[in-house]
Amino acid sequence: MRKGRIGKALAALVATVGLTAGVAHAEKDPIKVGVLHSLSGTMAISETTLKDTMLMLIEEQNEQGGLLGRKLKPVVVDPASDWPLFAEKARELLAKKKVDVIFGSWTSVSRKSVLPVVEELNGLMFYPVQYEGEESSENIFYTGAAPNQQSVPAVDYLMNEVGVERWVLEGTDYVFPRTTNKILKQYLVDHGVAEADIRINYTPFGHSDWQSEVSRIKEFGSQGKKTAVVSTINGDANVPFYKELANQDVSAEDIPVIAMSVGEQELSGIDTEPLVGHMAAWNYFMSVPTKRNIQFIRQWHDHIGDKGRVTNDPMEAHYLGFNMWVKAVQQAGTTDVDAVKDAIIGVSVPNLTGGIATMMPNHHITKPVLIGEIQPDGQFSVVWETPGTVAGDAWSDYLPGSKDLIADWRNPLSCGNYNVETGECSGQNVE
Amino acid sequence: MSKEIPITSPHGRRAGAESLAGLLILLLGLLLAPPAHAAPFSDQVQALHTSSSADKAAAVKALGATGHPRAQKVLQAMLDGRLFHQVDGGTVVFAEKGGDGYQYRLTDAATGSDLGTAERWGVRRVKINNRLRSEVRQTLAALRLQNPEPEARLTAAEDLIGELDPDNTALVERRLTEESDPAVRAALEAAVGLARLDREDPQARAGAIALLDGSLYAPVRSRLETLAEEDPAPEVRKEAAAMLDGIHTRLAFFDGAETLFFGLSLGSVLMLAAMGLAITFGVMGVINMAHGELIMIGAYTTYVVQQLMPGHIGWSLAVAIPAAFLVSGAFGVAMERSVIRFLYGRPLETLLATFGISLILQQLVRSVFTALNRPVETPAWMSGSLQINPAFSLTFNRLYILIFALAVFFALLLVLKRTSLGLKIRAVTQNRQMARALGVRSNWVDALTFGLGSGIAGVAGVALSQLTNVGPNLGQAYIVDSFLVVVLGGVGNLWGTLVGGLSLGVINKLLEPMAGAVLAKVLLLGLIILFIQRRPRGLFPQRGRAAEG
Repeated sequence: MRKGRIGKALAALVATVGLTAGVAHAEKDPIKVGVLHSLSGTMAISETTLKDTMLMLIEEQNEQGGLLGRKLKPVVVDPASDWPLFAEKARELLAKKKVDVIFGSWTSVSRKSVLPVVEELNGLMFYPVQYEGEESSENIFYTGAAPNQQSVPAVDYLMNEVGVERWVLEGTDYVFPRTTNKILKQYLVDHGVAEADIRINYTPFGHSDWQSEVSRIKEFGSQGKKTAVVSTINGDANVPFYKELANQDVSAEDIPVIAMSVGEQELSGIDTEPLVGHMAAWNYFMSVPTKRNIQFIRQWHDHIGDKGRVTNDPMEAHYLGFNMWVKAVQQAGTTDVDAVKDAIIGVSVPNLTGGIATMMPNHHITKPVLIGEIQPDGQFSVVWETPGTVAGDAWSDYLPGSKDLIADWRNPLSCGNYNVETGECSGQNVE
Repeated sequence: MSKEIPITSPHGRRAGAESLAGLLILLLGLLLAPPAHAAPFSDQVQALHTSSSADKAAAVKALGATGHPRAQKVLQAMLDGRLFHQVDGGTVVFAEKGGDGYQYRLTDAATGSDLGTAERWGVRRVKINNRLRSEVRQTLAALRLQNPEPEARLTAAEDLIGELDPDNTALVERRLTEESDPAVRAALEAAVGLARLDREDPQARAGAIALLDGSLYAPVRSRLETLAEEDPAPEVRKEAAAMLDGIHTRLAFFDGAETLFFGLSLGSVLMLAAMGLAITFGVMGVINMAHGELIMIGAYTTYVVQQLMPGHIGWSLAVAIPAAFLVSGAFGVAMERSVIRFLYGRPLETLLATFGISLILQQLVRSVFTALNRPVETPAWMSGSLQINPAFSLTFNRLYILIFALAVFFALLLVLKRTSLGLKIRAVTQNRQMARALGVRSNWVDALTFGLGSGIAGVAGVALSQLTNVGPNLGQAYIVDSFLVVVLGGVGNLWGTLVGGLSLGVINKLLEPMAGAVLAKVLLLGLIILFIQRRPRGLFPQRGRAAEG
């Protein structure tokens, strides 16, 4: 008996000391921000820029006095463009390094491999790249575009404003282009486009021999109906693709190409003179001359020490995600994941290109959709934009099986794929 | 028209008949001048500053009709994205990026007078989309049909095919009577013929079809196709169908030629990548997994050379070829001396060791040049294409690389067959002991042979830098293809590499239209496996005692 009481008292003492020590600790301890981007391998070309952006944002926040009176400390890891390694590094960040939030990932396959880990360990992750949709996770915040914020408006623009009747859906052979093209094909067929007027073609990652495909696009487009190419070609295969378009003299007036993942960064290595007029659909372009954007560009140039470096859409997505997280932490008064998760829904921050981005209950944000045409200097000039912002849709309205699903992470629903027909929540994340 | 009118003649002081004639011309000019001329030119330029695309298109047309000497300049600037308007006041200006990159230097578009500088957010680009761009291009084309250069006239005429409205049809018809260049004539005829197909009179339509004789322009074909099916007059339908037949036969021929060219050019790339390997693997028997990285080093050398000689992109490749040969060759010799020479006759160990080296080289490049792809510029003479006719053109980059691959091949053949180094290489590889007994320093020959193979890989890298991305992963993309070509061609036979590479390219291009790029590669691999089953030693097997061992 006596022994037990002593034991209990001791335990209580230890606990109290531990707790106060913990509190004291927390006050001077920095808030840890995990940065999960490939710094080597095929994706390094795109992802190192995002790592640098994140470091810049953290630095700026610290200059303004940090967050909740604490400094922010970046924890950078390199998953090396190796998808399983993304899961391992995410686990390392959450379990070992105890980060409060993760910003990271680029390809859908890397996100899909991180997803179960952040859910298991109840982490918080911000994903900054446009993607194919059909997903909603309690722990992931999608600050890039969903298909209804990018590819669908792009096709609408071509159909209504340019009068395109014949379509080439050209993509790299993996999940993002295949899902996007599935949605787009259904959308086109729903809008009365004949199957014979849709050509779908896939090429491997890093494809460099484009001559026959470009020649076939020319052939397909010479049948008397206005033709356009919707490109979901990813990564560095774009450079030889555009070079070949230029060499074979495919002009944007004849057969415009609208790209879903070519931004300023990808164009910076190409002579864009012959590509003038080809298009891209994004939610941000470096060329948009708002004061906020120009300040951001200057800050970026100062940070990176190179005036030639461009900014792009995923950088803005990180900017938005980071600012939303900061605001949510300030509102919640803590970095506790559950508190932040609740606080962030409804948080609004200004976009770089004007307008306001708001975090929706489905963990997607509202964004303006911009269509830009390539200029001789490698920048885009906006030729069309949505009148207001568009809320990201986790589940496509055009695919059977996904039309009836909605995501809402507020209580009491708190479900990523609630079926409005059956009134059920299947609890599964992926299709 | 009005630009011909000498409002203030420089020769105004000359008296008499000349000035009288001048006055007459002036009066005539004033009578003939279009009413739009009433508005000053600067107002017409200013009209481009409008948010409505329809108004902008009208303004472009009106600007073209003025014939003002600055009209072409303004329209071209609009096309090039150099035409802006000021946020305050909205004056339409030319804007060039100033010194620090955030400021713009402004010139008044209508008058050319200097307007000082503005902050980046002080000016907005006069927006232009594809529809407007084609409007501008047609307006410019009409202005340029008089250009003394036949090439400029040809692009102008081609821009007008299928785009003629009644206003400029007359203009083109007039031009057609004066045109002597056959290619420009054909384009003009296609343009006029297409425009005349809209006429009511079936006789006139049939006549217009005759004007389109054998034209390979795509708009002509698609128009004839609809005509052959839908025209109300049976004789027009028949005529169109007959004309289409001829066009299709010619097209089929050129399609075949195009596939062959695509195949050969892909083949030449494979061959270039494989040629160095034909020496290190084929001749020396070293399974060199770092071969791709030696190609990559050649490509990076091209990048460095271009950085060292800015402003001379046209010449950079000529410098890069020997430079890449030396750099990659030096890396090859270093590899041979430091690692490979200890592993001769132990293929598995060489494989692992060179694989390790390949990883080290990739990482080295990442540390020196970062993981980002490096932009290698394409010289002007390698861009664009050689237009044989509207349906068939050869892209210059592929054409030059095909020629280059053959040149490298024959140079290598000469080295091996005609030089003393070649003789020693062949001697050492066939019978090392005997060669040594005859006084050949076999170690030295090994190093040089490996260096030669590596140097050729570097040269291939120069060519590949023009086709693909120069990045740390460049080598990996070509290593498998290179081994395929060498194994298919027959190990140790340079001719095998030539035939193997080119035929792989052509077969790939024949399969691709049927199966798509991904499946074509799979099918091709299957075919090679079957072939190697039948002929394990490739197309050109080595004969003799050495091969049996």
